[in-house]
Amino acid sequence: MSKLEFLQGNIACAKGAIAAGCTFFGGYPITPSTEVAEYMAEALPKIERGCFIQMEDEIAGIASTIGAAWTGARSMTATSGPGFSLMMENIGYAFMTETPCVIVNVQRGGPSTGQPTMAAQGDMMQARYGSHGDYAIIALCPATVQECFELTVKAFNLADQFRCPVLVMTDEIIGHMRERVIIPDSVEIIPPKPAKPTDLPFATDETEIPGFLPFGSGQRTHVTGLTHDERGYPDSADPQRHETLVTRLVHKIESKRHEIADYEIVNPDAEIIFVCYGVPVRSVQQLAAQDKTIGYLKLRIVWPFPEEVLKQFKCVSTFIVPEMNLGMISREIERHTTVPVVSAGKIGGDLHTAQELQEIANAYKATRGRT
Amino acid sequence: MKAQVKEDWFRQDRLPHIFCVGCGNGTVINCVVDAVYDLELDIDKTVFISGIGCSSRAPGYMATDSLHTTHGRALAFATGVKLGRPEFDVIVFTGDGDLAAIGGNHFIHACRRNIDLTVVCMNNQIYGMTGGQGSPCTPIGKLSTTTPYGANETPFDLCELAVAAGANYVARWTSYHAKELRNAVIKGIETPGLSFIEVACQCPTSFGNKNKLRQPIDHVNFFRKNAIFLQKAKKMEEERKEIPAEAVIVGEYARRSRPVIGGRI
Repeated sequence: MSKLEFLQGNIACAKGAIAAGCTFFGGYPITPSTEVAEYMAEALPKIERGCFIQMEDEIAGIASTIGAAWTGARSMTATSGPGFSLMMENIGYAFMTETPCVIVNVQRGGPSTGQPTMAAQGDMMQARYGSHGDYAIIALCPATVQECFELTVKAFNLADQFRCPVLVMTDEIIGHMRERVIIPDSVEIIPPKPAKPTDLPFATDETEIPGFLPFGSGQRTHVTGLTHDERGYPDSADPQRHETLVTRLVHKIESKRHEIADYEIVNPDAEIIFVCYGVPVRSVQQLAAQDKTIGYLKLRIVWPFPEEVLKQFKCVSTFIVPEMNLGMISREIERHTTVPVVSAGKIGGDLHTAQELQEIANAYKATRGRT
Repeated sequence: MKAQVKEDWFRQDRLPHIFCVGCGNGTVINCVVDAVYDLELDIDKTVFISGIGCSSRAPGYMATDSLHTTHGRALAFATGVKLGRPEFDVIVFTGDGDLAAIGGNHFIHACRRNIDLTVVCMNNQIYGMTGGQGSPCTPIGKLSTTTPYGANETPFDLCELAVAAGANYVARWTSYHAKELRNAVIKGIETPGLSFIEVACQCPTSFGNKNKLRQPIDHVNFFRKNAIFLQKAKKMEEERKEIPAEAVIVGEYARRSRPVIGGRI
């Protein structure tokens, strides 16, 4: 029997993590994400091998999370903008070492300390490009409290499947908003690809994803953030080695963006298509309920960007992209389409109203000689 | 699995190693391997962890699971490993730059938590890997590429820091004191909680070269000549005798049983 609960998004993320079998949380308090840590602090000690630790900063939070992941624990941390900035180097480390782990970023207004208690989506490009070097990332964007639960579960599965860090990019509104959530009895768990102790720890087949054996399995794995070979041994001065490794690490994610993609399309034959993710989805849905001339694409996973989806809109004459930043994903869309893209960025912490979006749509219609 | 011979602890296929001729790190690694071999630790339940620097290359030569992490963060990664599998023996190799500069905050907090790790710091008083820059442990007056007129900042006393922060076992030895060092590592592994073992060791390439300790043996001899046992140093302090600036105080700074986390279940 599933249960109906009335929860805020942060708690739904934490409950999703527990449902997914997360047994380790290492983090540092930061508004507006702290409830995730607080819930985990209460829940994890009651679970077999469960462990919560409040670290000395966010760098240590992600570091301990990666360390625990190598003991085979499903592990996570949660933070917000300033903490996310501090985590960047180790997110790159997790990518380079193919460490499955989950990072929840409850976005707030930035840059710097900015607006600790106000919502934003200003970390979307940092999520994709914030660590140094070439890499790829998977980033999920819940628009409801229900999705906070579901996408956190999914984040753990994707992390294990693709052996990479996975980001759950929520925001202050979804994080603190309370909604009805259906908590199922159990959730689907997709484990990492199995491996044998005799396998080379970073050798892959056509999937480009190595099997995973945690420490203590007898594989005696050397894990390094240096460019390494299939044995895990450092070999950082060979250009070919670096190219082969990093290309595979990027390709194992980017080449499967269809498989990873998670989106919803409403009214695909409309001329005006809103592309949205995270909390602005709610305003777009409100508008779509009253203006049948518009359609929308709701992205539950923004990275890797599912660029082919844009081709499904045969009649579109403009994409309008409402997001709580000054136009980050709108530029990503511009990269993949010849259709004009209108950025409807808004910062400050208030969500776009349906009325504001209607006005943007109307202004566009006016330029096309229609009302 | 227990090692049949000491060599079982090393990855033979990783040789030759990257350390310079005369580097003190080899002595330190050997002493640690002597300790884990004598303690008959299980190779498959021992994890070596490090940050970045010359010292931090050590785990790459050990035939165990090992984690070579980011600069300064080894203790934070090790915290996750130890809490994930408290039954593991987790040993951290670090250096003075890695531990005392960029990793200083993780160091004091690991000591405060008294998490059950053994931390071996190869203190060569310099950044070796990047070519000889000054570190928080470069003594006043010593030359490095970033202290071309002589270091003018007071260095850290890492052992005093570890004691103040709460570590259960704290000792300092040098690359001259191989036997004492091996015994300290054994005591460190056996003592629940955070064990911190600092090893003053030579870096002939970057430190010795600039500071009139050109041959590796020069710096080892310097340690032999200038080492003062902790008890003697304390007595000298009581008697208000001046401890020479070049003295390296060696011995056991702490062995106690404060509350621990991450201990064996």
